[in-house]
This record gives sequence, C-alpha cells and structure tokens, in this order.
Amino acid sequence: MSARADRPTPGWLAAIPAAWLAVFFLVPFAIMLGVSFAHRVPGGFYEPGFELDSYARFLSPFFGRILLTSVALSAGAAAICVALAFPFTVILARMGGRAQTLVLVALLAVLSLSEVIIGFSLSTLLSKTAGVGNFFAWLGLIEESRAYTPSLFALMTGLCYLALPYAVLVLYPPVSRLDPELGEAARIMGATPLRAFWTVTVPMLRAPLFGAAILVFVFTLGVYLLPQVLGQPAHWTLSVHITDQAIFQSNLPFAAAMAVLLLLVSLAMVGITLLLGRAR
Amino acid sequence: MMKRRAFLAGTGAAALGTLAAPSVLRAQSGPLKVGTYGGYFEESFRTHVYPDFTEATGIEVESIPEPTGEAWLVQLQQAARAGQAPADVSMMAQVARIRGERAGLWAEIDRGAMPNVDNLPEHFVYAYDDGRFYGTGAVSWFITLVTNTEVYPQAPESWTAFWDPANENSLGLLALASNSFLLEITATVHFGGKEILETEEGLLQVMEKLAEVKPNVRLWYRDEGQFQQALETGEIPMGQYYHDVTGLAAADGKPVRSTFPKEGAVLDSGCWVVSRASQAIEASQVFIDYMAQPEVQAKLSRFVGTAPTVPRAMTDLTDEEFAAVSSDIAPIIPEYDLYIDRADWVNQKWSEIVTG
Repeated sequence: MSARADRPTPGWLAAIPAAWLAVFFLVPFAIMLGVSFAHRVPGGFYEPGFELDSYARFLSPFFGRILLTSVALSAGAAAICVALAFPFTVILARMGGRAQTLVLVALLAVLSLSEVIIGFSLSTLLSKTAGVGNFFAWLGLIEESRAYTPSLFALMTGLCYLALPYAVLVLYPPVSRLDPELGEAARIMGATPLRAFWTVTVPMLRAPLFGAAILVFVFTLGVYLLPQVLGQPAHWTLSVHITDQAIFQSNLPFAAAMAVLLLLVSLAMVGITLLLGRAR
Repeated sequence: MMKRRAFLAGTGAAALGTLAAPSVLRAQSGPLKVGTYGGYFEESFRTHVYPDFTEATGIEVESIPEPTGEAWLVQLQQAARAGQAPADVSMMAQVARIRGERAGLWAEIDRGAMPNVDNLPEHFVYAYDDGRFYGTGAVSWFITLVTNTEVYPQAPESWTAFWDPANENSLGLLALASNSFLLEITATVHFGGKEILETEEGLLQVMEKLAEVKPNVRLWYRDEGQFQQALETGEIPMGQYYHDVTGLAAADGKPVRSTFPKEGAVLDSGCWVVSRASQAIEASQVFIDYMAQPEVQAKLSRFVGTAPTVPRAMTDLTDEEFAAVSSDIAPIIPEYDLYIDRADWVNQKWSEIVTG
C-alpha cells in the first residue's frame, strides 16, 4: 500500500491519539486538580486559590471507611470476575468455532446494556413482589417471598454482571492462543488434569489474569449508580459521595479532591498489583 | 474508567469555566425573557400562561428553558458581571434564590407597582436584609407521606409512621438533607417545631432522632423514578414523595395514595426573581404581579399541577381541584438557610448519623 515499505505508517499519526489524550484527559484532569485546591465559599461556589482544606476534610475516619469500602468492593468484584471468567474462557477456547462466536456475541451484547438497565433489572429480579423470591416460595424453599436487594449480594452481582464480559475479553486471546501440547506434555509426564492446569496453564497466563483483575477493579471503582440502586448506604462508594458533593452540594473543590485521591489510590493499587504479578 | 470519572469531574469544572463567556449577547429591547426549568415546566408555561399574559398586557414573552440545579444561577451571575441578562425574569429554587440574594444578583423591584403581591403570604415575599423587595414565590409543590394502598388499606395519619417498628424495611426516603427536608419534619413531629434546628446541638439531637428510622428504611433515593416504581408495585410500600406526581399515578389507576399528615406536608417552592442586569424591570414587574393573581394561580393548579401560592379562599378552585394540589393543613416550610449557611456541616453529619 505504502510507497515506502520501511515506513508503513507515518510517524505523525501517533500525534492524533496523543493530542486526543491531552485535550480530553490531561486538560480536564489539570482543571480538576486546580479546582481541588480552590477555596470553597460557603453559601456560594468556589474561588480560585490554593488551600488544602478539601483534602484535610477527607482525612477522617468517615471518609477513610468509605474509601476502604470502595476499594474492597472493587477488589472483591475483580477477584470474583477473574475466578469466574478464567475457567469460563478456558472452556470457551475448547469449543467449536461456531459455538465460540455465538458465546462471544452474547457477551458483547451484554456490554451494550447500561449500568442503569442492569441496576434496575437486578433490583426487580431480586425484589419481593416480582423477583426470584416468589419462585423460591413456590418451590417451597422459603415460606414467603422476600427481597434480596438492597444488599451486598445484590450489589456484588450487579458489579460482576457489568464487568465479567471485560474479564473474558481480556483473557480470551491469550487463552485461545495457548498451546494445548503444553498441557498434554504435563499429562504425559503424569500430572493430573487439575495439577497440569495449576502448574502449567495458570503460571503461563499470570500476566493476562492480573490484567483482567486490574481492568475489573478500575472499571468497577467508577461505578456510582449500582451502589445507590442495589446497595445499602453502607455500600455507597466514594464515587457516590463525589456525585453528591458535585451535583447536590455544589462543593466542587471537595468533589475534585476526592476524585484526585481516588485516582491516586487506584493508581497505587494497580502499581502494587503489577509488582506482585512480576515478582514471582 | 479512571478517565471517565476524571473526565466527569473535569468537565464539570470546565463547564463552569466556559460559562464565564456569556453566550447571549443581544440587544435588550424586544420581548420579555422569562426563564423556567426546561422540560415540563417550560412547556406548560409556554402553552398555558404566556399567551394569556401577552393578551392581557400586550407584553410579548420569549420563553427561556433553564437548566435545573444551580447552573442557571452561575450563568446569570457571570452574565450580569458582563452587563447581560440571559433572562429578565427567572424561576429559581429557594436555595439558589438565597445564594443570589447574598451575591446581590437580584434587581430591586417596586412593590408599590405590584398590587397583587399583597395576595401572597409572607413566606412568598422576598426582600434583602435592608428591606429592598426583589422577588415572590412562583409555584409550590408538596412532599407528602405516600403509601401503597394494597399494602396499607388504611391511610397513615402522621409522619410518626416512619418511626413505627411495624414498618420495618418498608420506607423509601430522599437521600439528602437538602432535598428530603426530613430534619424539618423530625423537628416538627418530635420537637414541637423547627426552633431546635437553630443550633448545632439541636440539629444533632434531631439527626439522632431521625436515625431511629434507619431500620425501617429500605431505600434512600436520589432519583424519583427509583422510588415511584417500587411504591407502585408495593415493593417499598411507604415513604415521602411528591403529592402531584403521586396523584397523577393514582389517577392512572396505580395503587398509591398521597396523604397530608396531620403535622403538615413539606411545602417546597420556586420563585420569581429579576436579574440586576435586566433592562426590562418594568415589564418584569408586570409579569410577576400578573402571576400573583388568584386566577392565574388557579390556572397553574389546573394545568401545571402546582399548589397555589395565594390562599385558597382567593381562588375559585373546587374542593377536588384543590385537594389534587394542596391541603388546608399548615405546611412545614423548609429551613433553606440551613442548606446554605451550614451546608457542609449538615451534609457531613447527615452522612455520618442519618444515612451512614
């Protein structure tokens, strides 16, 4: 296609995504960072300035607990998603071509559902009046229908439903490229299928597994609607509180400070995970 | 997703930044520009109110849809600094009105030229601390005690139902102090009035009392749709909600009812104010005065579903029409100042004690 085979793509092409990133990520982030140091005017908005009040307000047991809740929820979702997605993907990779395509299309279809639809569907499915409780009662498993939402279980189900396709999509390419002869070799040398899976397959896929976990973790950390719909106030994440401050309290400096801190914490978590992934 | 969140917060700030450049730069002659909340309100006013106003006064109206929340206040403020008024008259939420008052954003208007303002009760007449009159109540609506009629065949009579152990895990309440007005309700019901809200100790006492409802609360909602559906199905059979919307749902055949508790329902409202940059003060006065007429308020009740800002006796609303939008029981008026002067403190304690 190109007349000059040594340079198939022009170098300046990289400038487009770089400029995109600068305009739509770095600039807003810089504004957010600036606002987080601004002076909150009680009964008004904010004035430009440089003060640490918003950060100081965050340093309390109350917000510490909220941050911990957010991180724990996302970490839990990441662990569950990877634990479910990995065996699922291994089985998927062994299916026939047509079956694989069908499953992947179904998974991609899930991605088209918004957080709102997932949240409201689950809250109906887990409700007392129209939910699975009626089915369990009909089966005689429980005496009368009950609600399973709002609860940690409902919230976790929502988070995993939202994020599982991403975990599968991250794992699918490396798993499908995995050479089946390696597992067979282990089996010939006397390993049980389970042992071959744990000692050969899993270590070879450590990087994609950590990758999938990080993706789910970061993805679910930004979720702010599901905790409101499916969770109790104890499960309201930092993202929910950021929304409250920005939209309902007009306290943009505090909202920005919380967003900056959440970003730092998630970067730190990603860093730690990457280090762990490399160490062994 | 980190990007998405950073982007969200970032664009919020950026939006405030770009508002600094007033987008409306045009000559101040021509029709009177009246701003109302975009959507249902703007449409209703454009259809049912402005044509009659023009016919009665000869003043043409240009309808301006406003964003809800406080974005409009920021826009008016920035534009006024540049000597511009994106709207002459604006409908404002109470908290935004007070913020504008503190910033001196509202133009003084001549009460002497507005005889109908005398129809309004004192809490719908607004003036600066030095007595300069600047605005009136525009529309009002009630937040009442709502129930699912299938789960509660008997209508509850009092807000105390929220504290009744029999209603465990069955309430839907608004999630924020500043939109639920549950502090005012608790103070009225359990502490004999809102005076206790004047001090921080009193506020804490009220919050502790309100925290007792926690075992009964199934949902703290921010989005109306979230609760309305659950109320209609009986999933969350009791709570606080808007009287007008509940009435519409009941008229649709949904098993819901709205009750004015004997202690009073919460009366929230919007108001009319004029930007100090407006060149059409006189026409604005005519408009605000026109809106304070009992006939116009009755029309709003019939066509827009809002409660009249004038006493009922002045209007020709039938019992049925009046009951659809209001009640004779004295209302609980929100302590808006609380959500301005002590906003951060109240919000923090609310998160820790009430919803936390």
